[in-house]
Amino acid sequence: MSEIKAPSYRVIPIIPELKPGAMEGKGPFVASDKINEALGFPGQLVDDWKERAIARMGELLTKYRSLKVFMDACVHCGACSDKCHYFIGTQDPKNMPVARQDLMRSIYRRYFTLPGKLFPKLVGARDLTREVLDEWYNYYHQCSECRRCSVFCPYGIDTAEVTMAAREILASVGYGQKYSNEIIGKVHKIGNNLGLPEPALADTLEGLEEDVKEATGVDVRFPMNVKGAEVLLITPSADFFAEPHIDSLIGYAKVFHATGTSWTLSSMSSEAANFGMFIGNYEQLRKIALRIREAALELGVKRIVVGECGHAWRVAYSFWNTLTGVGEGADENDRFAQMLQKQLDHRYKQPSHICEFTWDMIGRGALSFDKDANDKHIVTFHDSCNVARGSSMGGYPGGQFEIPRNIIRAVANNFVEMSSETTRERTFCCGGGGGVLTDDLIDVRVKGALPRMEVLQQVVDQHGVNFMAMICAICKAQFTKVMPIYGFDRRMVGGVHQLVSNAIILGDK
Amino acid sequence: MTGIFFTMLFYIATLVFVVGLIFRISVYARTPAPLKIPTTPAPVNTGGVVLRMAREVVFFESLFKSNLWIWAFGWLFHASLALVLLRHLRYFTDPVWPWVVFIQPFGKYAGITMLIGVSGLWIRRLFVERIRYISTPSDHLMLVLLIIIALSGLTMTFLAHTDVVALKGFVLGLMSLDQQALPSSLALYAHLLMVSVLLLIFPVSKLLHVPGVFFSPSRNQADNPREKRHIAAWAKQLESEPGK
Repeated sequence: MSEIKAPSYRVIPIIPELKPGAMEGKGPFVASDKINEALGFPGQLVDDWKERAIARMGELLTKYRSLKVFMDACVHCGACSDKCHYFIGTQDPKNMPVARQDLMRSIYRRYFTLPGKLFPKLVGARDLTREVLDEWYNYYHQCSECRRCSVFCPYGIDTAEVTMAAREILASVGYGQKYSNEIIGKVHKIGNNLGLPEPALADTLEGLEEDVKEATGVDVRFPMNVKGAEVLLITPSADFFAEPHIDSLIGYAKVFHATGTSWTLSSMSSEAANFGMFIGNYEQLRKIALRIREAALELGVKRIVVGECGHAWRVAYSFWNTLTGVGEGADENDRFAQMLQKQLDHRYKQPSHICEFTWDMIGRGALSFDKDANDKHIVTFHDSCNVARGSSMGGYPGGQFEIPRNIIRAVANNFVEMSSETTRERTFCCGGGGGVLTDDLIDVRVKGALPRMEVLQQVVDQHGVNFMAMICAICKAQFTKVMPIYGFDRRMVGGVHQLVSNAIILGDK
Repeated sequence: MTGIFFTMLFYIATLVFVVGLIFRISVYARTPAPLKIPTTPAPVNTGGVVLRMAREVVFFESLFKSNLWIWAFGWLFHASLALVLLRHLRYFTDPVWPWVVFIQPFGKYAGITMLIGVSGLWIRRLFVERIRYISTPSDHLMLVLLIIIALSGLTMTFLAHTDVVALKGFVLGLMSLDQQALPSSLALYAHLLMVSVLLLIFPVSKLLHVPGVFFSPSRNQADNPREKRHIAAWAKQLESEPGK
């Protein structure tokens, strides 16, 4: 790991020169037989992979309008070509969103369009060879599915959809990625991505209660599997033990405590993350989401609240109602959805983000803060990609930007924004999202963080920023790992509810 | 002879264009979008989606955010092309509608701005390294096609005038299946041939971006997943399977 170096900052944010082949390689570790088979995928690359890959692609083209339209509509205008953080950081032209899509589009044209069948060279179509398959594996794991390209595309083409389809095809022929598939296996077997079994989790929560008692003198509870609690908290499992994630978990608990809200975690469903999205597999996406439905029904909760996690919030906000029937607006004869919809309290949005919960409570005057407690911090906010471009909060467009910022301003005195070219829907991914957060991709991760590091450096130099707040477990893990390589202190990274935790006045309830 | 050739070509090209496009659009319309994937922040209701789509289609909003050069050339080209096409209605209507008469002078010069736009796009494709990298031969050829169409049209408008009265007779004849003589003009032949090629390749090429944009889920979906359960037929089936 010692040879991993950060790329140097661009002098002005100019568009980098192309370095073809800069990131060629074998890609991340391939999943073993055992890992693949546990998810129902072939153990290793099947002999007839070519036929099966093309057949699977044909099937996806009939199931996903996004894929079909995105394969056809691109005009190669180049609008997206300088928008990807991995391209900016690596300069490899295949990391330009359009070029990444073309890895698949060239195959689509060859096997699914007339001109590609007749005149492949003319329209950039190519045969699906083993080299192409390996190229897919490599470059479709240098995409974090962050959707930044889709903001700028005149047709809204979202490379994330193409990457998901490619990974789905790869997995279906036995060429899955170790990191994502192994984690999905753990979710099914143990209940969370980290493989923390129930007793370990109970221990951790008990330890947290002691820690908070010691620090504040107040009995803040971290309940688990409490039937009849009002709120079920679904949070990324990193919140249970990783730094700085855990400080946000403490923040959520303090908010629930201070507002007198009864809440619970679920051991069976102790994970908000849903890596089924990363590998583009609807069945896995659904199966993982159904654990939350099961937990909610079993515990009889009235509300479901989701902790600080980017893609998990996208899945929860945008997909859970589809996948599990949480939320509203199901057909009357939709028994599957009606059961859950009857149980939940529809005075609140289902599911709610913890930031929506906290901000709502602040609005009701249910929380009070000692803002000076955060005076040691000069805070900036990093918009996490999946929250920014794949979800919302508060029921109005842009709520996902305003609400976390409102909370920060309510609990801290010093807040500054980073360059508006890199915040809100234009935010840059941390470089570790979408199934890339693994050490075998550390080079990609470090380079992908470049554009965010550049603008962070600006506010550090101009305003003395020493805390970058965020609401994503992957962002937190990625930044604590790569920021030291860029010369930043890893303790600059933290959650919004970490700031809440610092400033909240608990009283003596 | 040329009259028969262009008559047949026109019928075939129109047939391919119309049938091909209807087929494509029906495929897009039939293919389900199983998940809510609007690129957020997105409008929360249909009215908002209509506005978003209108801004996208009329002003190229996303492209404007992305790159001013591509936007300027691209928008200039498309807006000019729209005017030019409307101007051409004078060949298809008799008597010519008053508003088509009104836009004639504008449409005439739009041919020039259209050429500027499409040339600008080609220059970028040739000289900007990133865009050259992603270009296929067909990308270049399509721009050449449009340039020939614009140049041959401009030639007839400004340099070597064609007998437009006879041309109109020919076009009206096409529409009433009554073949008339086509004025003899090389520029006209080139113009009609290239336009026919454009119609022929439309349903099988990247020109599908025209219908495609309206079906793009990241742009045409309302952001209301918590308020309304959205589920595709094939996904709904999973719910009735035993053990699930």
